[in-house]
Parts: sequence; structure tokens; C-alpha cells
Amino acid sequence: MAAIPQTTPTPPGVPEREKAATAKSSSLWLDAFSRLIRSKTSFIGLLIILLLLVVAAMAPVVATHDPTDQQLLDRYLAPSGDHWLGTDELGRDIYSRIVYGTRISIQIGLIAVGISAVIGILLGGIAGYFGRWVDQVIMRVIDILMAFPSILLAIALVAVLGASLTNAMIAIGIVGVPQFARIVRSTVLSVKETEYIEAARAIGAKNNRILFQHVLPNCLAPIIVQATLSIGTAILDAAGLSFLGLGAQPPSPEWGAMLSDGRAALQTAPWVVAFPGLAIFLVVLGFNLFGDGLRDALDPRLKQ
Amino acid sequence: MLKYILRRLVMLIPVLLGVSILTFSLIHLIPGDPARSMLGEKSTESQLEQLREELGLNDPYVVQYGRFVGKILQGDLGESVKSQEEISIEIASRLPATVELTVFAMILAMVVGILAGVIAAVKQYSWFDNLSMSGALFGVSLPIFWLGLMMIWLFSVKLNILPASGRISNDIELHTITNFYLLDSLLTGNWAAFKDVFSHLLMPGIALGTIPMAIIARMTRSSMLEVMKQDYIRTASAKGLARHLIVFQHALKNAFLPVLTVIGLQFGLLLGGAVLTETIFSWPGIGRYVYLAVMGRDYPVVQSSILIIAVIFVLVNLITDVLYKYFDPRISYD
Repeated sequence: MAAIPQTTPTPPGVPEREKAATAKSSSLWLDAFSRLIRSKTSFIGLLIILLLLVVAAMAPVVATHDPTDQQLLDRYLAPSGDHWLGTDELGRDIYSRIVYGTRISIQIGLIAVGISAVIGILLGGIAGYFGRWVDQVIMRVIDILMAFPSILLAIALVAVLGASLTNAMIAIGIVGVPQFARIVRSTVLSVKETEYIEAARAIGAKNNRILFQHVLPNCLAPIIVQATLSIGTAILDAAGLSFLGLGAQPPSPEWGAMLSDGRAALQTAPWVVAFPGLAIFLVVLGFNLFGDGLRDALDPRLKQ
Repeated sequence: MLKYILRRLVMLIPVLLGVSILTFSLIHLIPGDPARSMLGEKSTESQLEQLREELGLNDPYVVQYGRFVGKILQGDLGESVKSQEEISIEIASRLPATVELTVFAMILAMVVGILAGVIAAVKQYSWFDNLSMSGALFGVSLPIFWLGLMMIWLFSVKLNILPASGRISNDIELHTITNFYLLDSLLTGNWAAFKDVFSHLLMPGIALGTIPMAIIARMTRSSMLEVMKQDYIRTASAKGLARHLIVFQHALKNAFLPVLTVIGLQFGLLLGGAVLTETIFSWPGIGRYVYLAVMGRDYPVVQSSILIIAVIFVLVNLITDVLYKYFDPRISYD
């Protein structure tokens, strides 16, 4: 939902030859990495993301109960020693559901952003590299996609495709395409004017080879930044869709769906709503903090 | 300037055409039989055939699309499959509620966001800067539906000081003129209604305005920091101008342009966010209308509402661009 306004970092001019490329790119990425961990906020972001990954990987160990186990006698229990974050309307342990929900969130983030990135990079790369009518046609299609508020287009797509987590991920992936396409296109436009591309063309390299081997790899920095920030947005949007009943379906411990389930008992059992929301907030914050730091670290203009 | 606006309007035609094709295609993306999907599994074959006939689903796509566009151009958005009511009338009656909410949220976001951004930039690295920018980072990460529910829990359930749903209380009389209730209560000098409408607007307005507020604050800060480094700011302070004059008259005016772009973009996004906010606060606007239509598989309503919102979004972006050129005469009109 929230797109953070961003400046596109200028792509690094990395020489084409592999040896030289390794030497220079390692210094660029190393340099970026050292700046990244020196920034307190992006370090916190990284910690949150690592925590999320660990919890997801170790869910059966970290969870205290079975996330789908219903104990109808224990409905709406307040947080306690046995149920750390309380129980929901079916007596399920909220803490354990949130723990298992991390897996769904990571899945949503990676798949949805993967869809956006693959399609966006292809379209943006082709538009920027070939220019002329190809560029015109692709960018007009992108304009049309951008004429819809993204969450609304996602809602409409899921509404017709059918409510499910898979369709929600596809829809969020599609509405995220324009951002990748535009960033890649503008980066490609500047990269293709560089001397090493001219050199590649001079030795007779084919368009495909130039685009995929030389141009696109040099657009990586802004793509990585956009992907990191998009993961947060994708998780947020997917939670929104699930909240509306258009994403994950019961009994899936998806955070947005859990929040929606808890709505009815907001007056008596606010924890059913409060904790899944906090989980969404924390994870999205992690990706935003890290993405922000990444953008600064990869921006050569900010180099000291 | 007029030439520029006209050119931009002409450039809108292919985009609007694309938008109409995409919204038209929605109904054909439904897996299986759209008619059965709308009427449910228990519907009889004659009912299905009747609906297919009504919606013209039996005709070739080109004919269907031609009819779709032709009707829209005449202001006919079709009928609801469920209630048989005319969609254009339904949307017209709900649009003021949504516009009132989005404008309210936007004003809130602008006032707080710009002020926080300016102060944060002027007092860079101060506690206020740190606090407001952390707040802004938190703001863009908040699920607004969660924020909305938490506010309802705190202010409506626990403290009982704000209403949890609707636009106006049942016992309040308001003579409507524009259908923007806040404006109407002002125009009629009805202070009781004004207070009531305002209290209804507050929570959904905050929920909807949080994300743009955070983004505007960040944008204002970085834009102000850039401008404050310029020579003309140094000149202004060298000649002894008062600090507030420099900040607001010289710096903010020049720093406002990038902020304006964000405001335009966010305004359109609010229309999308309104679906969630209106659902939570039972706000009788177009967002909730879309939600109910989606839930009831009333696809013609979904189609038309989304088309209207997209058109508004495109127009808002156009207005932003025009304002942008107006505020910055250096930008050529070509």
C-alpha cells in the first residue's frame, strides 16, 4: 500500500570482463555492506528479518501449541503463562498461530515480489534497451496498470479469480510490476549508453546477450532496493486482502485473516486482533528499515 | 498553459481506453461461467440464460466491449445484478462520503506531515527530528485496518468518546446541500451536526491519513534539507530576515514541489485504501460499496466502481502535473 518515495541509485559502472568485474563489484558490494551495518536503523531491520527467518524455520520448536488445534472450552482466554498471547474464537493458541504465520508471510513476500520482479525486469529491460515503439507500447501498458490504485486492482483481480492465497499473491505480484518496470527501464537507459556496452556491441555481441549479460546485471542495485521495500508492501497488501476475506482462507494462520476473525470479539478479547497486527507491523517495519538502509548504502552519491 | 492541459487531456485518451479494456476484461477473467458465478450453484438454466442475455455475455467480445464503452459514454454504468439498482445512481450517492473522507484524511496528512517535515529539517538531528522520522517510518509500516480496529477498541469501546461507525448519528438532523456533511453543517450553521460529523470523521480520517502523513513528512524533510543548503537561503539569512520568514516563505515554497507530487499520488492511493477503512468503520462510501459487491459477486458493480475510481485517480494525477508546472515556471510545457 505504502510506496516510499525513493531516489534511484545510479547504477555502478562495472567493467564487463569477469576478472575486473569481480574486483570492482566486490569492493562496491563490500563497501555497501559495511555502510549498511554501520547504520543503526538498517541493522535493526536486518535483525527483524533474521528473527523472522529463524522463527519461520524453527516454527515447530518455537511454537508452544499446535496452530490449528481447537480447544472449544478455552475460547477467548486472555494472555497467560500457558497461552502467552491468549486464544482465539476456537480456542487456538494465538502465539503459535503467529509463529506459523511467519512462514506464510515469507512465502507471500517472496512469491509476490518474485512475480513483480521477473515481469517488471523483463518489460522494463526490453523497453529501455530497445526503445522506440517497443518502449512506447510497453510503457503505455504500464501506464494503464498504474491508472488503478494498486490495492484496488488487486482486490478486483482476486474478486474475479476467486479468493485464495495463491490468487492474492498473483494479484499483488501483478500490481507491483509497474514499479519494477519503471526503475529497470530508467536504469537501463543510462547503462546502455556506457562505453562497455558500446564495446560489447563493437565485438559483435547479440542484443539478447548484451541485455541479459551486460545491461541487466548492472541494474541490480536499484532492483534489490525495490525488491526489499516491495516485500514489506506485499505482506501488508496480502494481509489487507486476507482481512477482507480475499486472501488466505481458514484455518490458515495468516495474520490478516486472524485479525479479521478477531473483529467480532474486539470488545471482549482485543488481543485476538492486537497481536497478529503487531506481527504484521513488525515484519513490514523490518523490511522497510532494511530497504531504506540498503538504498542509502548502494547510492554512490552518498559515499563519504 | 492551456495548450499543455489540452495536450495532456489528449494523452489521457489511450490510458482511459486501456483502463476501459482492462475493467471490461475483468468479467471475462472469471474462471468458468460468469453468470453461474454471480447467481450461485443453485440457479436454474433459464435464470442463467436470462442474466447472460441481460449482460450481453452471448455476444462476441468486440460487440460487448463496444456496448460497454457506448453505455459509459452516456453515463450508464449498468445495473446491479443483486439489487437491480442503477449503478451510476448508487455511486453518485456514495461518492461524496468517500471524497469527504479522503479529503479530510489528506488535509490531516498534509498539515501534520508538512509541519513535522519542516521542523525536522530545520532542527536536523534534534530529538524532534529523530522522533518524527522514526514515527514516519513506523507510519508507513502500519496496517491501517489494524490501526483502525485498535482505535475503535480504545476510543469507542474503552473510553467511549468517539463513534465507531457511520457518518452521522441517527438522532442528529442535517439538511444536506452538497452531501459533504461537514460542509453542509457549516453552510447551515448547524453546530451540533458539525461536531457529530467531525467526531465520526476523526478515526477513519486518521487511519486513512497515516501512511500519506508519514510519506509527506519524509519527503518534506529531505526536500527542505536540500533547499536550505541553497545560496539564496544563505543570502536571506545574511540580510537578517526573520527565521520563520526564511523557512516558510523562501525555503518551503521551493521545497514544496516534490511534496506536491507525493500528495497527488497519495490522494489517488487513498481511494484504494478507502476500501479497507470504509469496511472497518462502516463508512457508507464507494469503498464499502466495492467491498460488498465483491463479497456478493456483483461483478457489474465491481467493474463500474473500479472504472470510476481509476478515472478519478487519473484526473487527480493530471491536476497534480498541471499544478506542478504552474508552481515551477522553469519546467517547459513541451
